[in-house]
Amino acid sequence: MPRTLAALPPEQGVRLITLQRPEALNALNTELLGELAAELDLAEQDADTRAVVITGSRKAFAAGADIREMAERDLVGILNDPRLAHWQRIARFGKPLIAAVNGFCLGGGCELAMHADILIAGEDARFGQPEINLGIMPGAGGTQRLLRAVGKSLAMQMVLTGEAIDARHALRAGLVSEVTQPELTVERAIAIARLIAQKAPLAVRLAKEALLKAEDTDLASGLRFERHAFTLLAGTRDRDEGIRAFQEKRRPDFTGQ
Amino acid sequence: MTFEHILFSIEAGVATLSLNRPEQLNSFNAQMHGEVREALKRVRQDPEVRVLLLTGEGRGFCAGQDLADRNVAPGSAAPDLGESIERFYNPLIRALRDLPLPVICAVNGVAAGAGANIPLACDLVLAARSASFIQAFCKIGLIPDSGGTWTLPRLVGMARAKALALLGDRLSAEQAQQWGLIYRVVDDADLRDEALKLARHLATQPTYGLALIKRGLNASLNNSFDEQLDLERDLQRLAGRSEDYREGVSAFMEKRTPTFKGR
Repeated sequence: MPRTLAALPPEQGVRLITLQRPEALNALNTELLGELAAELDLAEQDADTRAVVITGSRKAFAAGADIREMAERDLVGILNDPRLAHWQRIARFGKPLIAAVNGFCLGGGCELAMHADILIAGEDARFGQPEINLGIMPGAGGTQRLLRAVGKSLAMQMVLTGEAIDARHALRAGLVSEVTQPELTVERAIAIARLIAQKAPLAVRLAKEALLKAEDTDLASGLRFERHAFTLLAGTRDRDEGIRAFQEKRRPDFTGQ
Repeated sequence: MTFEHILFSIEAGVATLSLNRPEQLNSFNAQMHGEVREALKRVRQDPEVRVLLLTGEGRGFCAGQDLADRNVAPGSAAPDLGESIERFYNPLIRALRDLPLPVICAVNGVAAGAGANIPLACDLVLAARSASFIQAFCKIGLIPDSGGTWTLPRLVGMARAKALALLGDRLSAEQAQQWGLIYRVVDDADLRDEALKLARHLATQPTYGLALIKRGLNASLNNSFDEQLDLERDLQRLAGRSEDYREGVSAFMEKRTPTFKGR
């Protein structure tokens, strides 16, 4: 039974993962990261889970890595860091992942949020990569995903000064897609997950993959991948159902076949 | 922490914070900033507090920044006033605006510089008839801060805002009320009582709902019509979940006076 997070299905097709280390503002220690990776593994295998929402508390999504833990690692320790495998597991998650961010979303917490496909932020959320203040730098995608999300100038500023930006700024910069009242952030994220959960799972999976492809490949390869994925869907039952339902003016009933 | 430059008390849901450097017309130095910040923190953390009353001791409300506290000796390097704003004034203004309860400001005398703009960050401003507002910044080569450049045009219109800010003339409390800068003017002798009466009333009201009203109205100044309608939907969704809403409706149905808990 995990101690540092809670997972429950708030409704059909959706799984909600809540980070729970209130004593440390949800700092991502190895245990928490491992539990999260394991939880996503379960969600991956569970046919009933079609979208996952990840959130923290009202005060903090996650305020960084666990500094105490980090201090104990020397060069060799970092080379053999078990955390890397957890991060890779989170990055490989194939179903839609939505982060509902309230409060502090810093360092490793910001990197975790950027692993999500969709970010929803509460009015008072703050995003930052303060690693530089400790004489280190982001080590779980912060320098890569931030630049892709917000562009070079702001990413450089955030990473090199360590200063955080607020939710509105994050919205303007394209880091998050919506800003809500903090009390409604999780609700809104679940509503988006619900919409996605009603779609055809295979189409959702391939569409997500194609979008992620766009982040790390040239246009021609990306277009080729898109075409292949598009073609693959032609062989699914859900595609026939989707088109038929449209013609018959009724709601489609997708099975994931 | 005991306070030296402010008086602070909490009684029956009303937190009263009074600036207390009467000899310096309650102007701000670093220590007073720190004490106000600490008091506001207590207000935020105490679930019993349902309204904040901000006022000043002596003949002035607040004369803004204590210039004796700022080193601008001839020949010294230019000070970075941005830093002082970033550290002291902006957090104070944001704290007052973001406080999830009504903030009443009783302006007991002259309000100058930042002291003229701090009340404008509060929700309900009462002023003694002898009180006055002075955007004194222009007289020493500065610009109105503490939100002044934002709140003034919104409260009194651009033409008057520019006159106030560029001339730095004294604006009487009565004129301020006529212009819509503040809510009410009362006789000097009645100011404390009137402000307390208002505070005690608000302390019995649905605090959470009032906080949402404040949030909505504050946001409206920057929102488009559509954004504001969406915000109203979301805030009402939150308000509808409160105990006080339930109580308000049952009291109405049962034709009795509601007892609100503020949540």
